[in-house]
Amino acid sequence: MDMITIPAVNFTPILPEIFLSVLAMVLLLINVFIPGDRKAYLGYLSFVGIVAAGVLVAAGWGGHIESFSGSVVLDNFATFFKMIFLVSAGLAVLISDQYMEREGCNHGELYPLILFTVVGMMLMASGTDLMTIFLGLEVMSVALYVLAGFNRKNPKSNEAGLKYFLLGCFSTGFLLYGMALTYGATGTTRIAKIAAVVGQMSLPSANIMLVAGMLLMLTGFAFKIAAAPFHMWTPDVYEGAPTPMTAFMSAGPKAAGFAAALRIFLVALPTLQVEWSQVLWVLAVLTMTVGNITALRQDNIKRMLAYSSIAHAGYALVGFTAGNGTGTAGILFYMLSYAFMNIGAFAIIILVGKKGESNGNVQDFAGFGVKHPVLAVAMSIFLFSLAGMPPTAGFIGKFYLFSGAIQQGYIWLAIIGVLNSAASVYYYLRVMVFMYMKDPTEEFDWMQVTAPMALCVAISVIGSLIPGIIPSLILQFAQQAIKLI
Amino acid sequence: MENLNGYLIISAILFSIGTIGVLTRKNAIVIFMCVEMMLNAVNLTFVALSRHLGNLDGQVFVFFVMTVAAAEAAVGLALMIAFYNNKESIDVDDINLMKW
Repeated sequence: MDMITIPAVNFTPILPEIFLSVLAMVLLLINVFIPGDRKAYLGYLSFVGIVAAGVLVAAGWGGHIESFSGSVVLDNFATFFKMIFLVSAGLAVLISDQYMEREGCNHGELYPLILFTVVGMMLMASGTDLMTIFLGLEVMSVALYVLAGFNRKNPKSNEAGLKYFLLGCFSTGFLLYGMALTYGATGTTRIAKIAAVVGQMSLPSANIMLVAGMLLMLTGFAFKIAAAPFHMWTPDVYEGAPTPMTAFMSAGPKAAGFAAALRIFLVALPTLQVEWSQVLWVLAVLTMTVGNITALRQDNIKRMLAYSSIAHAGYALVGFTAGNGTGTAGILFYMLSYAFMNIGAFAIIILVGKKGESNGNVQDFAGFGVKHPVLAVAMSIFLFSLAGMPPTAGFIGKFYLFSGAIQQGYIWLAIIGVLNSAASVYYYLRVMVFMYMKDPTEEFDWMQVTAPMALCVAISVIGSLIPGIIPSLILQFAQQAIKLI
Repeated sequence: MENLNGYLIISAILFSIGTIGVLTRKNAIVIFMCVEMMLNAVNLTFVALSRHLGNLDGQVFVFFVMTVAAAEAAVGLALMIAFYNNKESIDVDDINLMKW
């Protein structure tokens, strides 16, 4: 056994994490002194905090600092993903207050929990040790279980929380077992060292322990990113959770799962790429197809977007299967655009919805385009972007994901992806048909658009359009981000 | 350590029992206990491997797993209480408002 030496610690790489953790704890304290009808101030404070954290993260662009004896790294890859998490958290905070007040559960703990989730996701993206990644994942998950069940008077939210908790823990078990076996096969939990050890093996695919570890980790991550056939929890949890949290869960944590999986599989196990890309191929096809086909027959719009989010994970898996520069840059690009378009769509759903989570069906959008033309145009932009039509961000993202697959020779995968994408147009356009071509069945007088809500919709519209019109703006960052891995 | 395989086999068996338990039992608390069993099976794997490889990473990992399991238990039991308050039951068959 070697001596334990305490290495020099550089706190720079985790500065945003420290800042957000402290902010979350301070908010918890402030919450005690804020009366129940003023909880929105906590939301404003956390939004300012998230913007400040964004500045801190952006300042780290271009650097490469390893710390905590190589278990945390600050690189462009981590920075890009941290921006995605902050975007999704910031937008989710903006849409939370109005919804939570309407549903009568505007407890101040919501905002610190969102911030803790972001801290966990950031650790997942910057972790270069299986231990750090596991810890980040759990910090994220434990906070998310609470957020899913946040509306504790609502039985559906209870169910969502409990279901998410049980299946989340279950999947953690698999992930952890995979990590243990990988550790056993390589003798280390540090990703760079695993890469070195595996690189020296003459035939890594013959090492049963390593392959089993890899497959178990893949299963664990597939649960977290809701890839079929491990997606069963997703529709129920997304339907039952409070809508702003559904929006957040489908954007941020999914990206975090991809961040950690990309780092582990591309950096630590590139020599096994032939093996894991075969598994991912199957997962990608299943995920896209199951997500889209089931989404076709959903009337509840939250549930429809839940299945659509499964399908979107499938598109991203296409890029992952390719595993080359275009594909992985496509994942980064897509996850960022998806955060904008998806949370934007959920913001509109919150506006259309009524107390008690009612008015959440596609039919309730009838006549929306006549009554609220501006919001309807925004919703159309989000739906077009989700369906992947030019000139939106969704189109460019899918274009890069699929061209990455074609470059690697996965022609059939790309074809299946495009076919799926075409099928998905049906259920997105169905909402628009109701918005523009049906007469309103009831008045939309109850709707009030608060300032944070309007800000969220505006940011989301910009975020879904600009990367589609000027793709290089975001893509150049995505390409720099994947250079280090 | 001569008998690494024995420890690995035992932990694999424990892990499988836990998995089967999660899939077959109906009571949310029992399911959660089965998950804990899976986590502890992993802990056993980590400790055995750590001893076998002669480095401490695995044992440090176990500490983190135990901490995380405790945090999960706190949150999970709170969720179960919230569920029980509405439903008077923690049977997963009663988790049925939305189709699985």
